[in-house]
Amino acid sequence: MKKALAAVLAVSLFAGNVFAGKIIMEGSTTVLPIAQRAAEEFMDANSSVDITVRGGGSGVGINSLISGTCDIANSSRAIKDTEIQAAVSKGRKAKAFVVAMDGIAVIVNSQNPVSKLSKKQIMDIYTGKAVNWSQVGGNNSKIVVVSRDSASGTYESFGELALNKQKVIGSALMQASNQAIVTAVSKTPGAIGYVGVGYTGGGIKSVAIDGVAASKETVLTGKYPYSRPLFMYTDGEPKGDTKNFIDFVLSADGQAIAEEEGFVPLK
Amino acid sequence: MYSNKERAIKILFTVFAFASMFFLAGIVFVLFKESLPLISEVELSNFFGKQWYPTYEPAEFGILPLIFGSLWVTAGALFVCVPLGIGTALYVYELASPGQKQVLKPVIEILGGIPSIVYGFFGMLIVAPFVQNLFDIPTGLCALTAGLVLGIMAIPTVASLSEDALSFVPNSFKEASYALGANRWQTLTKVIIPAAASGISTSVILGMSRIVGETMTVLMVSGGSAIMPKSFFDPIRPMTSAIAAEMGEAAVGSVHYHALFAIGLILFLITLIFNAAAEIISKKYRVKLGLDR
Repeated sequence: MKKALAAVLAVSLFAGNVFAGKIIMEGSTTVLPIAQRAAEEFMDANSSVDITVRGGGSGVGINSLISGTCDIANSSRAIKDTEIQAAVSKGRKAKAFVVAMDGIAVIVNSQNPVSKLSKKQIMDIYTGKAVNWSQVGGNNSKIVVVSRDSASGTYESFGELALNKQKVIGSALMQASNQAIVTAVSKTPGAIGYVGVGYTGGGIKSVAIDGVAASKETVLTGKYPYSRPLFMYTDGEPKGDTKNFIDFVLSADGQAIAEEEGFVPLK
Repeated sequence: MYSNKERAIKILFTVFAFASMFFLAGIVFVLFKESLPLISEVELSNFFGKQWYPTYEPAEFGILPLIFGSLWVTAGALFVCVPLGIGTALYVYELASPGQKQVLKPVIEILGGIPSIVYGFFGMLIVAPFVQNLFDIPTGLCALTAGLVLGIMAIPTVASLSEDALSFVPNSFKEASYALGANRWQTLTKVIIPAAASGISTSVILGMSRIVGETMTVLMVSGGSAIMPKSFFDPIRPMTSAIAAEMGEAAVGSVHYHALFAIGLILFLITLIFNAAAEIISKKYRVKLGLDR
């Protein structure tokens, strides 16, 4: 009897050791770069912890959290009521942490007289309804639409925040990085592009959207239309390594990572 | 003792020699393994359609714009690298003094050794704005710019292989032609070039092989729009740049992932055909000149 008990204890201890240092994160590809880099740096500092980061999208992450197959759900949107109910029915309670703000600035060539556009005009331009700057209050010249490549998180964010998930017009120039967008827009008088707020470069200027200029302040307060909080959800109050990891993401070092990845840090 | 050592070295080098075969087999295996699931996941009419929207719901995987993007940029590049490459080869072979030869040949080699990302920068910052202003078009990131830059990149391949082909023509051909009273121009156009024609064709085909497989440069200068190109001023998205831009973000095992591998497989088959054609042509040429001994 005693032996059996000891064996069970040993096994559970062993199992406990195996799982103690393991964190599984899943969800939004927008949050992925922050999660990935934070996980790498966290693992460097805490060699006993093993963090797995998976993409899949916000909904996939939250569903995994509800079904208990991940510890942290990365999400670029708030949890829906139906998801909260599903979580409750499984005896789980999703706790939200805002880890950074996502803001996307719309940029044009600095010679372009247009300095403000409405959300509707942006949508018209990117879906191909407006093809000449004169249609949106500018000179008579062709609009050259520049977009991030379809696989990037910024592309996805822009599609959700600005285009209501409509398709970007096929003739848009697809660029692989923020820097390539800035270069293309600065070299092309009729170009319009978008980059993470805070990303600047010569020869371009950002346009105000619905009268609000893109800045870290307007993104943090949520006044700027193309901004949103990015979340990490945990099941209830996080404990142990999960708590340490969330704390790291919210620390000055973690926020510096968010900023380097093109997001707006919380402080 | 000595023979054991010799045997060991022989085995070692045999392994080295067959390693590339092993790698090739591995690459082909992975290409097929990762692209074949696509057959059951995407309808053929979708895959050979004109809409490439892999990240939307419902996703569209029409690869025709990508294939045409590659074809257009290759055609554009040929306009640059064939005249310049073959012209260079003819000059180096026939007209250049030994001193000029000593300068020209290494310079061409250096041109071939420049990393493709440097060509990309050059294309993006200098050629694209130049093309944009010259033709007064909305953007310089288009098929024409990509063709120009890739054409320059392929010059060394075409020039040095064509020059090799020309110098492989036996001197006796030239002497015979002169002996019959032909002048230098007649000898070059009627004797040397026809004799080296298949070698020159080989150089062009290998140049095409390089152009169609080039990735970094086209990613930077071609614009990246997945549309069916109507003119050389349209931005394009060749197959290689689609794979490079999207593979990093496509979830492993997803339909998008398999579609990118399928594009890779098509690219592999295209370059395989090019290389096989080059091999066949050059073999014929060796036989024709009596060099196949």
